[in-house]
Amino acid sequence: MSPQPDRIFVPGDSASISVGADAVAARLVDALPADARIIRNGSRGLFWLEPLVEIERDGERLGFGPVTPDDVDSLVAAGFPASGHRLSLGPVEAIPQLARQQRLIFARCGHDDPLDLASWIEMGGLAGLETARRMAPDNIIDTVKASGLRGRGGAGFPTGIKWETARKAGGEQTWLCCNADEGDSGTYADRLLMEGDPFTLIAGMCIAARAIGATGGLVYLRSEYPHAIHTLKSAISLWREAGLFGGLNEDNHFDIEVRTGAGAYICGEESSMLNSLEGKRGEVRAKPPIPAISGLFGQPTIVNNVLTLASVPWILEHGGEAYREFGSGRSRGTQAFQLAGDIRQGALVELAFGVSLRTLIDDFGGGTRSGRPMRAVQVGGPLGAYLGRADLDVVLDYEAIAAIGGMLGHGGIVVFNDTVDMARQARFAMAFCAVESCGKCTPCRVGATRGRETLDKIIAGDAVSENLALLEDLCELMTDGSLCAMGGLTPMPVRSAVKRFPEDFARQAAE
Amino acid sequence: MPMLIDTIEDRAARAACERQDNRPDALIEILHDIQATAGFISDAAIATLADALNRSRAEILGVVSFYHDFTRQPGAPHTLKLCRAEACQAAGGDHQAAEIERRLRERGISGGQTAILDIKPVYCVGNCALGPAALLDGTPVGRIDADRIVSTLVARGIIEADQP
Repeated sequence: MSPQPDRIFVPGDSASISVGADAVAARLVDALPADARIIRNGSRGLFWLEPLVEIERDGERLGFGPVTPDDVDSLVAAGFPASGHRLSLGPVEAIPQLARQQRLIFARCGHDDPLDLASWIEMGGLAGLETARRMAPDNIIDTVKASGLRGRGGAGFPTGIKWETARKAGGEQTWLCCNADEGDSGTYADRLLMEGDPFTLIAGMCIAARAIGATGGLVYLRSEYPHAIHTLKSAISLWREAGLFGGLNEDNHFDIEVRTGAGAYICGEESSMLNSLEGKRGEVRAKPPIPAISGLFGQPTIVNNVLTLASVPWILEHGGEAYREFGSGRSRGTQAFQLAGDIRQGALVELAFGVSLRTLIDDFGGGTRSGRPMRAVQVGGPLGAYLGRADLDVVLDYEAIAAIGGMLGHGGIVVFNDTVDMARQARFAMAFCAVESCGKCTPCRVGATRGRETLDKIIAGDAVSENLALLEDLCELMTDGSLCAMGGLTPMPVRSAVKRFPEDFARQAAE
Repeated sequence: MPMLIDTIEDRAARAACERQDNRPDALIEILHDIQATAGFISDAAIATLADALNRSRAEILGVVSFYHDFTRQPGAPHTLKLCRAEACQAAGGDHQAAEIERRLRERGISGGQTAILDIKPVYCVGNCALGPAALLDGTPVGRIDADRIVSTLVARGIIEADQP
């Protein structure tokens, strides 16, 4: 008779559910004694192993995966052995792709039921917020400035300076808005955190609210993430019931409301998001004024990405200088890199800035899943550059990738194999912009449609060199003349594809 | 002040506004509420919202038309959203989507208003490491291929099993 496991963990994260975690959990309920404790935890972010079942034995967590419902009986019969079973992974924390990470934001993600507040507090989750409660708001801002933290949504603006601007703006009511409209293809870090460790985000928002004097908190969360919406709303209720929103500022008033997006990619742009939060069309606003001075309802407003806010508790707990130890150049701290596309070991990899693209794709990702040679990699979402094999040694920090004409964005890394047609990818970038443009400014609204048409001609082999010259002209105009990053950066994937893969654009006219 | 145009009061839309204290800034939440219960945003709902939130119908219609989530016509009882964004393209999503559409067309399902199933493109569902990804009535499905989607649709009773 094998010893009964203490606790068994089956992720309840939507990615795990998408490959059968619910069915695995149901089979475990049937196969195990009635007193077995089955906990639905968050995902560790090692997606190629999902559903990754863990059992806690003698204080150690042993992993098994990817588990199908049909594997459950044999695992139970074998007593979940640390090794020897086809699915045995050994101690989860020793899986190389996890052990080699530097998890600051995701330190607790996947360890337990994401809505078990007592367990989260026991793991030390509140430490950063408790430190912040003992500090004056200006000192919190100084700590964040000292950490070198920059916006993780993609723009990379120094967070402490932004906070200071809002604090000094002094309106009637200061707002804190968390941008959880994670629309970039190839990115899922915000979702993973909100489903796996929502309390860390809430703690980060409470620290930010204290620092800037915010009395209203909103999370703008995309409708494509129903599980994250449910988990985060539940977590906020538990936080409120525990009285943890209290005592953050003189007014003793701060709370967080989750607002659901409605399928518009542009609403990830901060000024568009503010219009959407006011119940309007998500059209972008001209800047200045910047939101920190005049944002939601014309009041000082901080808009921060999920990962920016979730980085803050660690910084307050360990100090700005300790955070600054991580990173390279002017990019301090850690970045949640997200491996996606044709990749063998798709995973969230949190590491200090400065790791090379090659290390992430080859060492962590294990190359392509299809086994075909990698040909292109898009870094930074739909508005990021397409890079080629010659670029793999670039180190990933904000400046180094900008130097080769790319951008880090929200940290998405999408690998394409040799079947990719880069002219079609360039066309897709323009077509996507044409559909998702808010319509406010002409370069983006009209330019994207003309760009798609021009690429259609190139693909058809119609006056290719003339149309490529026209396309370059158009890209220049969109880059220089658009109001926001959507129109301004759509040329980045297009131009990078033309530059690095010219052979795909050298089409012959059809006979 | 008499109303110039007769309108039909939409009681459900009125109640949706009241649940949000008739706050104009909660319009997106109100529209989600109506879309979820009624299945679309009707003319009567737009007129009722304009009255309840003290905005013009044009403003309400402008918001409805801006967002992909809101529709002006009722849809099919089931929705299959196939991710067509870059990460799923890189994982073979375009090929799988074409194959799924072909297999369902063979069964007389081509989407649209009268069908049992709407097939819609979606651009990223945040499951990019397990692509190609889909959402079937809100349930995430990863690593999709035509066989998996067809068998899932059969298991849920949305389509009938293949004749042997």
